[in-house]
Amino acid sequence: MISTHDISGPYAHQKTSIRRTMALVMVALLPATLFDLWVFGWPAINLLVLTLAASVAAEAGCLSLAGKRLPLFLGDGSVVLTGWLLAMSLPPWAPWWIAVLGGVVAVVLGKHVFGGLGQNVFNPAMVGRVALLISFPLPMTMYVAPRPLFGAGSPGFVEGLSITFGGWDYDALSAASTLGHVKTELARGVALDQAMGGTDLMALVMGTVPGSMGETSAALLLLGGLFLIARRVISWHIPVSMLGALFALATLMHWVDPARFPGGFYHLVTGAAVLGAFFIATDLVTSPVTPPGQLVYGAGIGILTYVIRTWAGFPEGIAFAVLLMNAMTPLIDRWVRPRVYGRTLRGEPLQPRRKA
Amino acid sequence: MPNTPRYGAIVKEALYDNNVVFGQMLALCPTLAVTSTATNGLGMGLATTFVLGLSNAAVALLRNFITPEVRIPAYVLIIATLVTVVDMAMNAWLHDLYQVLGLFIPLIVVNCAVLGRAETFASRNPVLPSVVDGLATGAGFAVALMLVGGVREVLGSGTLFANASSLLGPAFSFLEVTVVADYGGFLLFVLPPGGFLVVGFLLAAKRVLDRRLERLRVAKAAAAAAEAA
Repeated sequence: MISTHDISGPYAHQKTSIRRTMALVMVALLPATLFDLWVFGWPAINLLVLTLAASVAAEAGCLSLAGKRLPLFLGDGSVVLTGWLLAMSLPPWAPWWIAVLGGVVAVVLGKHVFGGLGQNVFNPAMVGRVALLISFPLPMTMYVAPRPLFGAGSPGFVEGLSITFGGWDYDALSAASTLGHVKTELARGVALDQAMGGTDLMALVMGTVPGSMGETSAALLLLGGLFLIARRVISWHIPVSMLGALFALATLMHWVDPARFPGGFYHLVTGAAVLGAFFIATDLVTSPVTPPGQLVYGAGIGILTYVIRTWAGFPEGIAFAVLLMNAMTPLIDRWVRPRVYGRTLRGEPLQPRRKA
Repeated sequence: MPNTPRYGAIVKEALYDNNVVFGQMLALCPTLAVTSTATNGLGMGLATTFVLGLSNAAVALLRNFITPEVRIPAYVLIIATLVTVVDMAMNAWLHDLYQVLGLFIPLIVVNCAVLGRAETFASRNPVLPSVVDGLATGAGFAVALMLVGGVREVLGSGTLFANASSLLGPAFSFLEVTVVADYGGFLLFVLPPGGFLVVGFLLAAKRVLDRRLERLRVAKAAAAAAEAA
């Protein structure tokens, strides 16, 4: 029911809160997460639990140092979402210390050194992921082929614990993510159609391929993203401009040289493109506030992602692209500042129109 | 101008209260750039200390002949001469360290700490206090660099003063410590972001420490006052 104040104008208050926004994002993430936990089995579940625990512990530590009320700030759910997104961006069989270190770095360095929720310049989950990626390139790029929960040959609960805490045999079990595989093959001079020979785009859409949890199952993530747009938690500007720019650039390059550059659809369904577009780039704190600004910001992420994926050293560039555009956000906000009522775009007062 | 210089106060001021890095926040460029290991920090600190001591001495000696109008060019000339000497000497005798520190040795010329001490201290004090101030400031800088470098090295690669014997000479080999054996390495702290992170956290730690000490001092003074009353 809409309630209005009877003194002032008929303003209706939509009862949004940080807690509600975070809860809706988590609901949207849930299908993809459950599916990925099933696909990658117990080690992935351990990783998610450990990352969440480390993030919440780090948040509690920082809050008590800052003298803030723990229940209020822990209960808003923002830190759970940060830990969750970070876990989605890690290789599912990563060792325990990756999860713990990532959670602590994300919350302390990504969020609380700037002053806590709403003050951070960069997306905390991506700060955690990038810090881990440049510090520990080997465990951060060791992916495993899907081994569904309770499936034959999949690790059981105890074996899962020993994988998370004791490590696993990289040589025997590791499998390259699609982006990594195609990039390596192209660098070796293999033609594109051969490099992509074993790539099943349908499997990429569904998520039964090696990769981080959030890098697979594009379809379920898209579903969650559309839910967020439908509930107006996020607007369409950032996802559309980001995926659009990525798709357009990839299609253009594919058209220029089909033997060297994979097409647009490939770039949309591989890597963390969908997760990044709907869940990470749209972080309310670190993205521009106006729709034109959001279009610029999203397009920037899409272009940078393509550039990093294609010409830089890392196979996946979403995290770097998001952080770089986070740094641009204040500039973009300044650049596309909306017109103040009664003034021109430059801030000069509007001249009253003369009556003819 | 103090007639009887209090050397203790000068040294304490330079080492802690007004430490170049953690008190004045000067010379942050070399602090961030060359502190990937404690050895590099120590080498840079010693080179700067040498320049600071001699430049303060020269400026104090000439302070009555340099007119205020030309003092900045004159100081820069003095400092540049000394830095050139250090640069060539390190290239000759500490070549390995020179290769690591590279451009940052000639850049001591524009280290604001050196010019700052010449301007604020040596230009208005006799030679001896100026030398003490220069050496103490340099020592404070060296300690700060070693601290930043040490934290980054322990976190980044699990060692402390690695390669000290090859960079600074065999006499320094006693400094080399392996803190964590079989450490995988936390590359973030060796790379540039580590410099910013460690300097930031050490600054915060000093602020916390200062506040605690101040509170303690106030409490003590209050207790003494209560006793006297």
